[in-house]
Amino acid sequence: METTLVQNLPEVTAAGVIIKAILILAVIAAIAGFGTFIERKVLAFMQRRLGPMHVGPYGLLQLVADGIKLFTKEDIVPQNANSLIFKIAPSITAATAFIALAAVPVFPDFTIPEWVPLLGGVFVPSIAADLNIGILFVLGMMAAGLYGPLLAGMAQANKWGIIGAARTAIQFLSYEVVTGLSILAPIMLVGSLSFVDFNNAQAGGISHWLIWQQPVAFVLFLIAGFAETNRTPFDLLEHEAEVVSGYATEYSGMRWGMFFIGEYANMITISIIAAVVFLGGYSEVGIGWLTIILKVGFFFFLMLWVRAAWPHVRPDQLMWLCWKVLMPIAVINIVITGIVMMV
Amino acid sequence: MYETIAFYLFSALTIGLFLITVFSKNVLYAMTSLAAGMVLISGFFFILGADFLGVVQLIVYVGAIMALYSFAMMFFDSTKSIKEKNTNPALIFVLGGLSALSLVLMFAAPIYNESIQALYPMHEGVGNAQDVGIVLFTKYLIPFEVAAVMLLVAMISGIILAGKKMDQSLTKDTCVDDEILIKKDVK
Repeated sequence: METTLVQNLPEVTAAGVIIKAILILAVIAAIAGFGTFIERKVLAFMQRRLGPMHVGPYGLLQLVADGIKLFTKEDIVPQNANSLIFKIAPSITAATAFIALAAVPVFPDFTIPEWVPLLGGVFVPSIAADLNIGILFVLGMMAAGLYGPLLAGMAQANKWGIIGAARTAIQFLSYEVVTGLSILAPIMLVGSLSFVDFNNAQAGGISHWLIWQQPVAFVLFLIAGFAETNRTPFDLLEHEAEVVSGYATEYSGMRWGMFFIGEYANMITISIIAAVVFLGGYSEVGIGWLTIILKVGFFFFLMLWVRAAWPHVRPDQLMWLCWKVLMPIAVINIVITGIVMMV
Repeated sequence: MYETIAFYLFSALTIGLFLITVFSKNVLYAMTSLAAGMVLISGFFFILGADFLGVVQLIVYVGAIMALYSFAMMFFDSTKSIKEKNTNPALIFVLGGLSALSLVLMFAAPIYNESIQALYPMHEGVGNAQDVGIVLFTKYLIPFEVAAVMLLVAMISGIILAGKKMDQSLTKDTCVDDEILIKKDVK
């Protein structure tokens, strides 16, 4: 069913890709901003508070107020900081987060109606850049995103910053192995690195989802994904109680906002990867666009839920967990998967 | 057309960034331009249609340079310039220039001679990853395994060098406790 659909699709033009890129930038940046509001509300309800209530109905306009504050805040570069690197660092986080989103399926594909001037009849694909090694590209880009916190921490001439940078390095070196190894087992089963192939391989209902064949890989990927997006319990980089704000100590205004948008875009990317690789993606016929939104929303909510429920871990506990527990489990999972596939 | 523009753009950027890596006296500039240059090199692989190698370049060097950063963090103050001690700049210039020249000649000779051909061309309809895998596990199996053994040796020797006090916990500061106990004994 899906294959015939794919064959009937119109040709992807440069205009379509550019429209798609602008759409991703606009929508994901807006969702990332809205995500902060949802996070505050969800955390508040879990802690028996009301959260933001004063600006607008149910505090909905808090988002606008925060945006105005971020845009108009004075932009400070500390005296002894390396100002060039200090200014580049936030844009690395934001840019890599959005480049990673170029290779994942975001929203369904559609054709712009003919009556629209200039752009009528342009086909907008669901993946901006349909690489046949999509998963590796996304993981590589998200890994490159950690250069943002690292450079920010090293450039700002602040001791909390340099501790944050050091923690970035050890966090990266810990989780990166687990991410790669955990997602290797599903890749072996599907035999492809393309998100579209993953989606098509799981077409045919809940019983075909890869999570039933690879529950261990799913849990490992989720844990590594939390570490990748700096979510609690692994948000060592800006652990308020220990290192003030870590790599973001000296940042204010829009530069800090770019770190934030990057982090939320990365949360969405990880949610999409988990949904497409393990939970069947958008393969349900007809209502695929709705189910993928529900799945991504579930993973986003899970990240907030875990933040409310679990305490932070120490850096040495993270390294212990990743190298001594998760990595051996991932390797054993791959060996068992290989044996089952060959026998 | 686009590929030519992209190639010259990537070339200029890569060479410029690596020049910064060599000439800069600030460890942060040097490391950052090295990382950026390595990421841009993956662009050449994408232009050539070797998507898989491009992504592998990206992932491997992002991780490797991140480890290098952590050493730079331990040894240098990243906000200050470093005074380099060059005992014999002329000798370094001559040796560096000669090795660079010989490398360029080695790589340019087969291209100039037009005798360069792809022994394992890409197959239509087969992914990059499959092609690389087939060549790696048939013709280049022994170099692949030898490289794996070398990495294992490096890892074990690293553990042995670093692991002399592995049975002691670093987080529990036992030395401080001992000192306090000794002071109490003296009193």
